[in-house]
Amino acid sequence: MSKQVKQLDRVIIRFAGDSGDGMQLTGDRFTAESAAFGNDLSTLPNFPAEIRAPQGTMAGVSSFQVHFADHDILTPGDAPDVLVAMNPAALKANVGDLRPGGTVIVDTHDFTKRNLDKAGYAANPLEDGALGDYTVHTVDLTGMTVEAVKEFGLSRKDAARAKNMFALGLLSWMYGRPTDSTTAFLERRFAKVPAIRDANITAFKAGWNFGETTETFVVSYEIKPAPMVAGTYRNITGNLATAYGLVAAGVRSGLPVFLGSYPITPASDILHELSKHKRFGVTTLQAEDEIAGVCAALGASFGGALGVTTTSGPGVALKAETIGLAVMTELPLVVIDVQRGGPSTGLPTKTEQADLLQAMYGRNGEAPLPIIAPKSPADCFDAALEAARIAIKYRTPVMLLSDGYLANGSEPWQLPEVETLPTIEPNFATEKNHSPAGAGEDGQATDFWPYLRDPETLARPWAIPGTPGLEHRIGGLEKGDGHGNISYDPGNHDKMVRIRQAKVDGIAADIGPTELDDPHGPENPARVLVLGWGSTYGPIGAGVRRARRAGHAVAQAHLRHLNPFPADLGEVLSRYEKVLIPEMNLGQLSLLIRAKYLVDAIGYNQVNGMPLKAAQLEEVITDLVTSLDTTQEA
Amino acid sequence: MTAQSTSQPLPFPVHGTAGVPTRGEDELLTGKDFTSNQEVRWCPGCGDYAVLKAVQSFLPDLGLRRENIVFVSGIGCSSRFPYYLDTYGMHSIHGRAPAIATGLATAREDLSVWVVTGDGDALSIGGNHLIHALRRNVNITILLFNNRIYGLTKGQYSPTSEPGKVTKSTPMGSLDHPFNPVSLALGAEGTFVARTIDSDRKHLTSVLAAAAAHRGTSLVEIYQNCPIFNDGAFDAIKDNDTKHDAIIPLVHGEQIRFGAPGEDGLGTKAVVRDEHGVRVVEAADVDPAQILVHDEKAEDPGLAFALSRLTSAGYLHQTPIGIFRNVDRPTYDDQARAQVNTAIGAQADTGTSPTDALAGLLHGTDTWTVV
Repeated sequence: MSKQVKQLDRVIIRFAGDSGDGMQLTGDRFTAESAAFGNDLSTLPNFPAEIRAPQGTMAGVSSFQVHFADHDILTPGDAPDVLVAMNPAALKANVGDLRPGGTVIVDTHDFTKRNLDKAGYAANPLEDGALGDYTVHTVDLTGMTVEAVKEFGLSRKDAARAKNMFALGLLSWMYGRPTDSTTAFLERRFAKVPAIRDANITAFKAGWNFGETTETFVVSYEIKPAPMVAGTYRNITGNLATAYGLVAAGVRSGLPVFLGSYPITPASDILHELSKHKRFGVTTLQAEDEIAGVCAALGASFGGALGVTTTSGPGVALKAETIGLAVMTELPLVVIDVQRGGPSTGLPTKTEQADLLQAMYGRNGEAPLPIIAPKSPADCFDAALEAARIAIKYRTPVMLLSDGYLANGSEPWQLPEVETLPTIEPNFATEKNHSPAGAGEDGQATDFWPYLRDPETLARPWAIPGTPGLEHRIGGLEKGDGHGNISYDPGNHDKMVRIRQAKVDGIAADIGPTELDDPHGPENPARVLVLGWGSTYGPIGAGVRRARRAGHAVAQAHLRHLNPFPADLGEVLSRYEKVLIPEMNLGQLSLLIRAKYLVDAIGYNQVNGMPLKAAQLEEVITDLVTSLDTTQEA
Repeated sequence: MTAQSTSQPLPFPVHGTAGVPTRGEDELLTGKDFTSNQEVRWCPGCGDYAVLKAVQSFLPDLGLRRENIVFVSGIGCSSRFPYYLDTYGMHSIHGRAPAIATGLATAREDLSVWVVTGDGDALSIGGNHLIHALRRNVNITILLFNNRIYGLTKGQYSPTSEPGKVTKSTPMGSLDHPFNPVSLALGAEGTFVARTIDSDRKHLTSVLAAAAAHRGTSLVEIYQNCPIFNDGAFDAIKDNDTKHDAIIPLVHGEQIRFGAPGEDGLGTKAVVRDEHGVRVVEAADVDPAQILVHDEKAEDPGLAFALSRLTSAGYLHQTPIGIFRNVDRPTYDDQARAQVNTAIGAQADTGTSPTDALAGLLHGTDTWTVV
């Protein structure tokens, strides 16, 4: 039988099944194969907070979406082209997201009355025409898997568990994925259990062969590699990139990294990862609670380490008082908030960016700190390194705002040359720095003043215990300007509050101008600017591209630094008639922009635990641009 | 993945200040060298003065370099302590000093780390950090000033106040059952647990020396009088007429006898084991061989716990004073550093520079090259 090969420029596939079906692993492997093939890609894992929700129910559905293309892409995609559904619940939970005319591949094995009931299907959707809008392939994936692996003598249950590899093999055939890396992966992963290893590899190959030989599938597809900047690439998730950024910060500063952390979704993987890298002088302490995590990190910073704590929104709330202490004691500290749906426990495994105002203002008193947000999974590496740079240079806590989408999503990352990464100078104080008035004719300092600042950065000296002659006391009580002893003087307090603010504000001179993308340049700018921050970079960028392709003039700016803002941001905003701010919250950046620049920003706000969609943004942008054009014509 | 257990062999036991740089023999320091230029601002008659003086006089005896000593405190009257010592110090936030000290002590083997805290700071808002420090056995020494009242906030009952105590926040009497700090610490399997008294400089100093020598978390409860809000709380153990009967001295290797001296010069009362723990008897009523000989090195904390229960629950009429428990167990910080140093050493052995190792880490196993 002759098989047809069709060219496509991009495909979005969603693997969906029960929590125990191994969909995350399947997606990961398909992603790795696509990365090895040279496609650009972006992924979106989506799973329930429950470790094992009741089998076969809607609550237990776990999915992994991968978007791969022969060109530069920015998002995991809005609507899948292909859905692989391992049971009725997975079909029901996901089929509505599919684009019209999309393809559904269903494992028929679990389409029993009982499972249909569990999913809430009154009738079998494979038989009643409910899927009429789609191309449906019904395949007994489980049955064929069990048959294929029977020689290994596994129980029926264990044999059936390899069905995800059968599905992966089939999809790998359909899209011409290279299979070597998956075979090698399975050999490594199950090296200790030969029967399971062989069953998985056999199921994977059987899936591929099934695609190649069966008449069910007559077309396979080719998506050519994407042209990318020359270099070496790997696929990386946001949490892994964050962890690597912190290891790199340790190497580039020469400081030991000390992580104090308490397990919390979706940040725990950073703790897991860093605990593996002790050879880089990284110490990880799993603390008794969120507060102890940040306190231990701050204690280590006092001792001259790079103190880091990783958490999510609820943890930041608990750490607030200690972060305030770090503001007051002016010690380096990196606080990583992998944001999730809130308030309270909220949606632990879903994404949101609603902690911006908590990061900005969530402490008692005037307690400013720098805030940095990565824009993509791979960008977490640079953002973590930048957070450490600012923390150390300015002796300040820094908040890094990642989120659940960045944490678990992945994309290709061009490996940096380690030698070209920024170097960070701790510049520990080793000498006395002050003389009482009238004394010290020879200019020789006789005292150490822990709050005598660098006139340029306003950073105070970091004198660590063990340094002779610089013994001093710091703490949460207000400090006297310069000498740092306790001061209740009203004028001193007013001065110190302003100095701490000025120190953070001054960082604007050290972070570069606003990253602005306006094809028309400053001479003839577009009329609409879309401004974003954090993980919305991908969807916003994709929405802007689509609007431009439709002929609309629109500019895009994305903020990495949320506090302070780039020095030129006010001027940039003033060039545009309308500023649109899409956010996964109810308008937190909008509030800051409106307050600081008196710009009548327009919000586009979605808080459903999922990333923004490019199609929706295209529509919003187009409507805004069109409304201006209409106004002009009128 | 299943949990796996690995153990790191360490030289053991180790002195509490091993690894901290010492002074040369000609570098003499006195209490004055440990006195900062800050005016001490406790109320007149506060027991904290006596403890401060004792600590300032004792610190030179450690023989350590002054810059390698750090005091970390929380919030409360006693937590002002670090300001008055010319060492490194941090006056942190309420209840968190043990957690901050844990990070500092783990990051720096070459520091002698002390925590100063109070009954509210350590047992109420910071109770969690205290028990976890004790559980981990981080090499820090915790001085818990117990005045059985909130002083800095002007007189509310504390977690060690006696039931029924009438204070500003409990006009009809406190309903809270108090903690016995020593029982709590022993319950958390603290490896060094002691109790001493602010006004007994000699005993206080001897306990400080033993606590500093202990490697691991040392908890020293110091009964400390607050003359403003809880004056007289410890009169029974301080008054010459009553203290013989009130203080049960715990001395390692000696029989536990107290009360007015009898014919043998020892106390007329004694502590013996009974079915459920220990009890106080008239020494004359029992065979001397039955009298309990104090063993601070006993591995099982059960007996030490039983002794801690001899403390009066309400007004303090009777209490053991001394070192309840002093046993060796590997410390968290030594083991954490050993893991890191082992990993660093293994990498150094391969001759890979940190920069090359970082490049290798970033590269990972699955890469592709675009030309």
